[in-house]
Amino acid sequence: MRRAQAIAAGFAVMALLAGCGGAAAPASGGTTASGAAAATTTGSSSAIPITFWDAYTGPLGADLQHLVDEFNSSQTQYQVKAVYKGTYPQVLADTIAAYRSHQAPDITMIFDVGTATMMDSQGVYEPVYKLMAQNNIPFATSDFVGAAASYYETAADHLDSLPFASSTPVLYYNKAMLAKINAQPPATWSQMGSVGAALVKSGVKNGFTIGWPDWTQFEQYAVWNAYPYATDDNGYTAVKGVQLLINTKPFVDHINQLAQWQKSGVFIYGGRESTPEPLFLSGKVGMYIDSSASYAAIAKGAKFAFGEAPLPYQNGDANAPQNTVVGGNSLWVMAGEPADVYPGVARFLQFLMSGPSQAYWAANTGYVPISTAGVTALTNQGFYAKNPYAMVAVKELTDKPALPTTRGIRLGDLSQIRDIENAAITAVFANKESAQQALDKAEQQGNAVLAKFASSY
Amino acid sequence: MLQATSPARTRARPAAAPATRAVFPQRALPLALALPQLLVVALFFLWPTYLALREAFINVNAFGLGGRFVGLANFAYVLTTGSYLHALGVTAEFGLIATAARMALGLLLAEQVQQVGRGRAIYRTLFAWTYAVPAAVAGSLWLFIFNPQVGMGGEILAALGVRWNFLLSSSQALAVVISMTVWQLTAYNYLFFTAGLQSLPEDVLEAGALDGAGPSKRFWRITFPMLAPTTFYLSVVNIIFVFFSTFATIDILTQGGPDNGTATLVYRIYQDAFQNANTSVAGAETILLILLVSALTAVQFRFLGRRGYYQ
Amino acid sequence: MRARRRREAGRHVLLIGLALIFLVPIYVAVVAASHSAGDLLAAFPYAPGGLLLRNLGRVLIAGFPNAAPVDRMLANSLVMALGISLGKLLISVPAAFAVVFFNFRGRMLVFWLIFITLLLPVEVRFFPTYQITAQLGLLNSYGGLILPLMASATATFLFRQYFLTLPKELADAARIDGVRPLQFLLRIVLPLSRPNLAALFVIEFVYGWNQYLWPLLTTTDTHYQTVVMGMQGMISIASSFGVPQWNLVMAAAILALLPPVLVVVAMQRWFVRGIAAGIN
Repeated sequence: MRRAQAIAAGFAVMALLAGCGGAAAPASGGTTASGAAAATTTGSSSAIPITFWDAYTGPLGADLQHLVDEFNSSQTQYQVKAVYKGTYPQVLADTIAAYRSHQAPDITMIFDVGTATMMDSQGVYEPVYKLMAQNNIPFATSDFVGAAASYYETAADHLDSLPFASSTPVLYYNKAMLAKINAQPPATWSQMGSVGAALVKSGVKNGFTIGWPDWTQFEQYAVWNAYPYATDDNGYTAVKGVQLLINTKPFVDHINQLAQWQKSGVFIYGGRESTPEPLFLSGKVGMYIDSSASYAAIAKGAKFAFGEAPLPYQNGDANAPQNTVVGGNSLWVMAGEPADVYPGVARFLQFLMSGPSQAYWAANTGYVPISTAGVTALTNQGFYAKNPYAMVAVKELTDKPALPTTRGIRLGDLSQIRDIENAAITAVFANKESAQQALDKAEQQGNAVLAKFASSY
Repeated sequence: MLQATSPARTRARPAAAPATRAVFPQRALPLALALPQLLVVALFFLWPTYLALREAFINVNAFGLGGRFVGLANFAYVLTTGSYLHALGVTAEFGLIATAARMALGLLLAEQVQQVGRGRAIYRTLFAWTYAVPAAVAGSLWLFIFNPQVGMGGEILAALGVRWNFLLSSSQALAVVISMTVWQLTAYNYLFFTAGLQSLPEDVLEAGALDGAGPSKRFWRITFPMLAPTTFYLSVVNIIFVFFSTFATIDILTQGGPDNGTATLVYRIYQDAFQNANTSVAGAETILLILLVSALTAVQFRFLGRRGYYQ
Repeated sequence: MRARRRREAGRHVLLIGLALIFLVPIYVAVVAASHSAGDLLAAFPYAPGGLLLRNLGRVLIAGFPNAAPVDRMLANSLVMALGISLGKLLISVPAAFAVVFFNFRGRMLVFWLIFITLLLPVEVRFFPTYQITAQLGLLNSYGGLILPLMASATATFLFRQYFLTLPKELADAARIDGVRPLQFLLRIVLPLSRPNLAALFVIEFVYGWNQYLWPLLTTTDTHYQTVVMGMQGMISIASSFGVPQWNLVMAAAILALLPPVLVVVAMQRWFVRGIAAGIN
């Protein structure tokens, strides 16, 4: 009797708890990115779903959704569902967590710095070049623009992921402000200083600011001026024993110079990623270094005429300007998904690299087309003739063939190294440490990260 | 939230044989009654703690592959690369300044409200409500107010001649973070001090008044010393709070930057576990934090056993 | 006499001044939420504009692109806050009752197993807890949002303390009258505990509503986003527009902070009682 009462009491509480857990079962499919929900119900209900995690919201999210919708309505067999997962680091973290709990998406968008982390985790993904071959879809590394291919290709020149959104840093400038001081957009860093100072003198609050400071002032700064960023061809030829070279003279001098300009108001540090953008849009600075992919957002937000110019280079260096490399992301196909998904994934990737898709993407976003078919399509449409600004990024990437040290940066846990670089430059700009001290420390911490990464593979 | 350390903990100083009003003889019934809670504890407390322990001694890559036993190597990495020790320093600095500011303001408010003749109930509402504001939302307000690009606070400070850029200056960033927690958590200290003041014996206070001592002298010589247990309790709770409940504030406002100037221990673990996908390192860091918080809690239990004047 | 009155006036001036300072951030949020995004870019407008209702309506119903609309987030927050507060009461009252009113084998073990959780709040062990929640398939679910946060013994401890203050004779009399333990709990102990139940409910509701880290980790599906964790996503989405949509972020912030603040203000007596539970 007593026992029965006990059991009943236990069950009553458990049942209530279970009610709470029962509600837990996710609604089928679960994911409803608000944009996707409205637009992608065209396919037949028997279509095989393909989940695609991305990092795009705002105008870029709408452009990506446009492509996804186009693919979905072009056939009835598959239904791609694009799911916004937050910022790039969040997508990588979510992908890893989901893989570890066996809930990975079919396709995931991994930013440039996550490339080595993915590539070295063999077994986690299906190499794209193999996937395409299995599904008899013509696919070669040479189908891609050189700079995009070289950034993502393996030592054996294969592409494990599909290069997708690719951009490169450029210099945006406020046309009226530069006209007022009678200046051309600066081509070199020393001109950056003089034009910046003239802007300040003319009444602008600060001369210039810099978006993505880690990416533009270390990685791209290195390749554009042909300074090695790390040993072993920036990590392309080795995993173990790679050492950073970011405390060498070219980097120290450059950060030092920026710190002095920061003091005099010529330069203002505005934060990581694209957070300094409002400074440019509100007219508090006259020049702004950021990704070419920020074009759409700037065009939408700027109430003034602005231009786009090549990234300044370091005068005095023989090879400068050399080439920039792409930043952005590539698409990885996760392993262990149901077999019937993969042919659809392959077709979707083929669609994304096609001339028309790439032309649409590049024309609307400011990204550069990654496939040669895309470049051809845009050229034939007369896009570059009408929009000369778009050539700036393409020329930076393709004018000179990359040297072994300027193909890209292939380091594990590169996002941590970026964190370290950011910590270092903020310490310098805040006058806490000298450039040499801060970069020496960053080099040491970065090398520890690299050694830790190598030891886990 | 502070709630997790709520005052209940101070009494969690169970005697060797926990007190009881045991009268019912049943054996299975009590187990059944406690079962749901035991299940939740086993699933979401004991098991995770075990996992953290295990993970701390192996080395796996981001995707959880290639795990092998490495002994104390993860701990060595954590303690030698400097960022964890740096985070410990940040946590301590944050903890001390924030605790002092919140307590001083809370005590001032409690003391002043206690003295006013009218409107105490209204003042209680006016000074208690901020405690209910979610830290992440308060952080969003602060982010907007002090944003160097669009912010009002930034504009005002710049007009006052401050080179305001909390994205760059770690001391400014820390000031922003601390001021936000002061805004939000003074309420807690205020309520606690109010309760403390109300429980002081009237006769002692009156005796002080008869001595003819001025109000401020009376406060420092009589009231404040008698509040010592409350003061001590609040200092420990406020410091412990900084150890594990500042995540939202920091994530919204600074992401631990600039120059890791606001990266507290919990934030560091988050970065290693989720952003850097370095689960082994995060495991070791979690174990170290557990040891640290346990030690602090032990101190709290030990000293708070000595209850003060009221009781 | 006059000196005393002057002192009283001085206190009111000080206190009202401080109370207003505490309100400044809310005023700023209201001003920002009542303008267009472009208005905020150049310089901060100190007076409210006319777009407050429009902006509130916009985030509430349409929301931000790629995020759930705020009404959905508010509903999720409500589920989470109620789930945690009621769930905690539901498991902690029986557990505290068992530990206090019975003398059974294993009582010590049960006691310690439960109260050891007081040592380590979820923030300290969030990472392994996340792994387990993932393994149990509870990511992106209400269960995942609620259950792990119930693994804390604060409520149990408070009830244990309270039950211990009940006179032993109460239970003795009940047993002698032949009242069964569960009847005793439901008819006598619970009605007596009403003030404590209310106090705990308020505190735990606010605790549940205000959770940030945990929902951030365990929900990647917009369907389950709560409004507090949603702030982070909304800020980064708002910043992805050339002109940051701070007006909408502030509108969402106002909506996110209103429910817990209203609960605390309306149930103030219980709230203060809960906060001061260690003292009274």
